[in-house]
Amino acid sequence: MNENLNNWEAVIGLEIHVQLSTKSKLFSGASTNFGALPNTQACNIDLAMPGVLPVLNEEVLKMAIKLGTALNADINSPTSFARKNYFYPDSPKGYQISQMDKPIVEGGYLDIETESGTKRIGVTRAHLEEDAGKSLHDDFEGQSGIDLNRAGTPLLEIVSEPEISTPAEAVAYLKSIHSIIRYLAISDGNMAEGSMRCDANVSVRKKGDLELGTRTETKNVNSFRFVEKAIQYEIERQVHEIESGNTITQETRLYDSQNNTTRPMRSKEYANDYRYFPEPDLLPITLEKDFIESVINDMPEMPNEKKERFVSKFSLSNYDADLLAADKDIANYFEEVVKISDSPKLSTNWIMGELSALLNNENLNIKDSKVSSDKLGQLILRIEDATISGKIAKDIFEKMWISGKEVDEIIQDEGLEQVTDDKQIEAMVDEVIKSNPEQLEQYRSGKDRLFGFFVGQVMQASKGKANPKQVNDILKSKLEK
Amino acid sequence: MDLHKLSLKEQLEGLKKSEFTSVELTSHYLKRISKHDEKFNSFITVTEENALMQAKAADERYKKDKSLPLDGVPIAHKDIFCTKGVRTTCGSKMLSNFEAPYSSTVYTKLDEHGMVMLGKTNMDEFAMGSSNETSYFGPVSNPWDTEYVPGGSSGGSASCVSAELAPIATATDTGGSIRQPASLCGLTGIKPTYGRVSRYGMIAFASSLDQGGVVARSAEDAALILEGMSGHDPKDSTSLKLPSPDLTKNLKDSIQGMKIGLPKEFFEQDMPSYVEQSIQEAIETYKSLGAEIVEVSLKNINLSLPIYYIIAPAECSANLSRYDGVRYGYRCEDPKDIEDLYMRTREEGFGAEVKRRILIGTYALSAGFYDAYYLKAQKCRQLVANDFTNAFESVDVILSPTTPGTAFKAGEKSDDPTEMYLQDIFTIPANLAGLPGISIPCGEHGGLPLGMQLVGNSLQEDKLLQFAHSYQSNTDWHKKMPNI
Repeated sequence: MNENLNNWEAVIGLEIHVQLSTKSKLFSGASTNFGALPNTQACNIDLAMPGVLPVLNEEVLKMAIKLGTALNADINSPTSFARKNYFYPDSPKGYQISQMDKPIVEGGYLDIETESGTKRIGVTRAHLEEDAGKSLHDDFEGQSGIDLNRAGTPLLEIVSEPEISTPAEAVAYLKSIHSIIRYLAISDGNMAEGSMRCDANVSVRKKGDLELGTRTETKNVNSFRFVEKAIQYEIERQVHEIESGNTITQETRLYDSQNNTTRPMRSKEYANDYRYFPEPDLLPITLEKDFIESVINDMPEMPNEKKERFVSKFSLSNYDADLLAADKDIANYFEEVVKISDSPKLSTNWIMGELSALLNNENLNIKDSKVSSDKLGQLILRIEDATISGKIAKDIFEKMWISGKEVDEIIQDEGLEQVTDDKQIEAMVDEVIKSNPEQLEQYRSGKDRLFGFFVGQVMQASKGKANPKQVNDILKSKLEK
Repeated sequence: MDLHKLSLKEQLEGLKKSEFTSVELTSHYLKRISKHDEKFNSFITVTEENALMQAKAADERYKKDKSLPLDGVPIAHKDIFCTKGVRTTCGSKMLSNFEAPYSSTVYTKLDEHGMVMLGKTNMDEFAMGSSNETSYFGPVSNPWDTEYVPGGSSGGSASCVSAELAPIATATDTGGSIRQPASLCGLTGIKPTYGRVSRYGMIAFASSLDQGGVVARSAEDAALILEGMSGHDPKDSTSLKLPSPDLTKNLKDSIQGMKIGLPKEFFEQDMPSYVEQSIQEAIETYKSLGAEIVEVSLKNINLSLPIYYIIAPAECSANLSRYDGVRYGYRCEDPKDIEDLYMRTREEGFGAEVKRRILIGTYALSAGFYDAYYLKAQKCRQLVANDFTNAFESVDVILSPTTPGTAFKAGEKSDDPTEMYLQDIFTIPANLAGLPGISIPCGEHGGLPLGMQLVGNSLQEDKLLQFAHSYQSNTDWHKKMPNI
């Protein structure tokens, strides 16, 4: 069915739920820590005891204002809460406190990099709401358990305009949001733990059609890769259905990552009429201008700003700057390395090359790198001042990784300092030429390729420590004699 | 000594002067409850042991000269206020065995003031009703004549104070649930400004209308206790950010030259001649005290009942969703699955009136109806509030009957919800506008008492109490008690 896809285009909108990293819940003082024993982090308010009332955790307002600003959006004041009514055992009140008419963030956009250049994706809104608990079906025979630890955890739901066209764009958008929330330190963005969850609204239409097709919503896709695969699957499924003469049903579907398919949720798993109405237990919140400004002033440099600075200040390529700036920790590490090494390009190469490889190998975050930014900076400095060659530096780096030692310590202990003394190199060159008369003869009779042989011999003699450029120069002049 | 004949204020003074102890006073009331309450059913739970313990502690404090502001005075709490360690039923089968793991702010505050809880009073189920006939724990009767209803939903609170089984009781008012039973039982009942009294731990019926208050035997008694239970509570986001008002300071000031507004829309309605006569007499009394009478117009007031019966059920339909049999309260036997658990728990756990309101509210909020019902009701609610704002530019308080008549017989209106809903026609507007209202006894008919209502501008509980006290200092209606 793939050959038909070219005639079709997809219209994709994402709803991203971001769990805010507050210490306590959205409307109660209970802790939000992940992984505690069931129901040990659910207080009377989370349990929806009769008579309890919600009190807003004001920390979330600051977080939402920061996100809204990063998304170039308006901050609504007053902003207000609404009740979304539905019965489910993990929703203890029988309604979720969310936002409807006056979401705190409205009307923004985000620029993403695509194959065909920068694309602007509209952000419709971002609203605050409380998370539900969890139903546990596996451990109890014939019964279900309810864990309300997560109930009431603050979420920001970020809703995009249906302006995303491909699975790759969806991932780029999602990664960009991920980068922003990590920069703002408003969420850890951990998709595996559910701190960031994504629902994808997908429809397809014939290329050139103006009318939108019927959309489906695929819920809770919990990794970047799955988002790409789930959307791809859904596009292909819808095209196949339509081309087979069927129609698309507007429905909520679940992604099955093991079989890479989506399936419709049972209609009982979602309700159609949520009967939203303004939450009478919480008055609308007025956000004073001064307050908003003080929050904005408190914001860190954002990824796009950082990227531009890296390009202008360090003369990095767009590509390198984008890679470095996407992750706040990597960007910080990079800047610390450059502070010492004073070599942006070489620092970039080392971070994206050797360091990345070792981090990936051991599945480590750059914050937990066994070679600190200071130490890597020193290593690069030694390459720059020609104390060591790039090749030896790679060996030293691995030794630093294992031993935790400083670069200078290893150079000294193992005598790895580069030989740059012309006389010393000349002596080694002379020795090599003398002990290889046959090759000298052949070289001089026109076998240029043997030059490499001589270089290798000299390097071997110096145990790799001779400065390669000097070796080249000296060899050349001696061999020509 | 007939301790129950003393006013609450006199009881407090007696305790301070060691004329009697809190244990004596408390035991006196406990004995009266056990002797008489069978006739009235005004208590759901009597907390005898606990009460005597609290009384003993109060006496200790008096001995050590470390007494609290309301130390040792007994009080009955409407069974809508959560009290840790004592069951809180809200008059429903759904919570018939529910023991809250925490206490409401109202209870906590009065407890910290030294008050002794006698028990938890009967009420219409989830505060929905005007006759106290919808309680799972059986109807409450009116001490003036047990064939008659005490009003509702705070029927138990009104009944027990009227029968002098408690000197005062807490109550709540969503559409008249303090003022209407106060009127029907010959008591002084005050509903303060929305946000004055914390709703934390007060089981919600309609969140934007619910407000706690008291039923008492006089404005003076009501002022003392209301002061103790008011004030900002950080646990209630709708609580006003104001300290507890001083309600006794101006109580005895003259009302000379102050203005009473009579809303012409209320007086255009058909009302029994005895009601009209009682109100006229009250107006004459106020004139003689130097008040000026002014006609005012509340032109949207006739919308109040329909507005109320959209907003209150809508909010209640969500507020009562938590009673699902999952975490606490009633749960049906052997549920097949979650759907069955929900359906049968709620079918069996709620009474007819509660179900009726959940259905009305669910309907009013449904897709396609929201704009026509809920949204329109909210807009009209604002119009009613505006009418009051305008009226209060020219008057200090607004006077009307509290109820369309005296108490009705048990069973008389229970089959006709709309007839029952008319009971609150005079009281609902104050809830819609969030304004304070008070009902004070002003007459009787056929051996049953009747009240008048004063509504004040926002935060002017002190003025309402001043008007009430001024009237009560010159009349005896509030002193009449039923022979039980």
